[in-house]
Amino acid sequence: MRKDIDIFSIVKKLQAIRTLPVILLTITMSLILNSQAFAQDFGDSVFILPRMTVLILLLVFSSAVLLYTKWAKAGKKLFIRKIAGVDAVEDAVGRATEMGKPVLFIPGIADVEDIETIAGIAILGRVARVTAQYETPLLVPVRYPMVLAASQEVVEGAYAEMGKADSYDKDTVRYVAGEQFAFTATVNGMMMRERPAANIYMGGFFAESLLLAETGNAAGAIQIAGTARPEQLPFFVAACDFTLMGEELYAASSYLSKEPLLLGGLKGQDFVKVLIIIAILIGTLLVTFDIGDWYTNLFDVP
Amino acid sequence: MRTTIPIIVAFLAGTLLIVSFFFHPETIWIGDAKEVILQWMTIVGGFALVLGVVSIVRVNARAVQRKSEGWFYKLMTVISVFAMAIPAMMPVTKESVGGSIFYSIFPDSWMGYLGTGSNSFYDWLFNYVDAPMMETMFAMLAFYIASAAYRAFRARNAEATLLLFTATLVMLWRVPMGEAFLRLFSDNLPGYINTYVMGGFNVAVQRGIIIGAALGAASMSLRIILGIERTYMGK
Repeated sequence: MRKDIDIFSIVKKLQAIRTLPVILLTITMSLILNSQAFAQDFGDSVFILPRMTVLILLLVFSSAVLLYTKWAKAGKKLFIRKIAGVDAVEDAVGRATEMGKPVLFIPGIADVEDIETIAGIAILGRVARVTAQYETPLLVPVRYPMVLAASQEVVEGAYAEMGKADSYDKDTVRYVAGEQFAFTATVNGMMMRERPAANIYMGGFFAESLLLAETGNAAGAIQIAGTARPEQLPFFVAACDFTLMGEELYAASSYLSKEPLLLGGLKGQDFVKVLIIIAILIGTLLVTFDIGDWYTNLFDVP
Repeated sequence: MRTTIPIIVAFLAGTLLIVSFFFHPETIWIGDAKEVILQWMTIVGGFALVLGVVSIVRVNARAVQRKSEGWFYKLMTVISVFAMAIPAMMPVTKESVGGSIFYSIFPDSWMGYLGTGSNSFYDWLFNYVDAPMMETMFAMLAFYIASAAYRAFRARNAEATLLLFTATLVMLWRVPMGEAFLRLFSDNLPGYINTYVMGGFNVAVQRGIIIGAALGAASMSLRIILGIERTYMGK
């Protein structure tokens, strides 16, 4: 069972600040900072005033996510649409278990500061729990040492959580090469030699995406990919059985966890998406009638 | 404590980076926080490199020791790691750190081959071994694209046929000979492909994915900053 620790519970424990006064204070501050008088006296030299629109959007977005998270915490039922690619993860691991072959997981080839890599590592944690449960071998080749350290921690934690700490092999997560194509060559070789039954690619991928996915296809593995890079998506769609596109990658770990607290964040995100669609429609109408300059300038952030 | 401290660090670092986005780096220290944190990351990443070297040596050395399949290639991997790293880290001149000791043992003629400068051993390995191998791997992409395109463009149903037709038009438009062929039908045809297929449908779909991905990334960042999403630290 997940221990309910987040930044709010920590703050609550410390008896320090509450979130509501902070949000109110931030809104007030942003209104003051956006005012002309403030800009003339002080603002321009310290604050990047044209970025204040971002602050307002950030506050709206954060409030929506927090509100839905709060509702989820309170037990409100939230509908989340099915994501076929994520549902297929457990089936893929099951297939590997039945065949007695390993599962190959690649958390992208970007470094740890890339949010796609973090999303990949979060999904790795969920996949590692399933492989630990079924005692299926897991292979995780990585390209950066920082990703190595983070992934090792995640996989070890997952095995410990499933009560299989003894089954954890330190070389499950391995650093193979720092060069993009050296990494690709190593992983392709691994696919052809060890013939994993399932290949899962989740994270930031570049020109090597098709080299990996086509090799996996040739090796006969079931393949699930996820990336937020639109230029790599066609390659994964062509060569993989399931592909998570853009936001689905970031939603996957919450979706797999099935925890209401994490699903609340997804609903908040959907709410903001509706707001963005409305904003785009308003902008389209205004620009069509040639009265939308002031509106487009609002979103022109340096 | 293993959960609480990382959550506090993530919260402080994340909030600091968000706040710094709104301040001028020239006039206030907080505006420069992003650069400072990135420098810290580079330093931490440098230390983490040792973990990478330990991992690659341990995995491959074990395979060599057991004489498992392809052990010779694994041995070459280990040798290559050190062949690239050691000469690059050696002192280049007598004035470099440790240079006076090094060149009292080894001849001065070695100076030109050490370090990472031009004509060094590292430079030679990089230009004549590493770079050609990387280029070969990249060049192989053309064959992989051909095989993936063959599978993707099979006209199995109405949607796949439409994809095949559109892809054929775009591919023709991207090469001069194909463009000349298209102009046989209408001089405006290449322009229409550019405007409606690439600038219309393609950009619209790409932007939809980008907006969704950006929101997903922001939502995930927020969950991490607030400590709601903790899977990345193995919790």
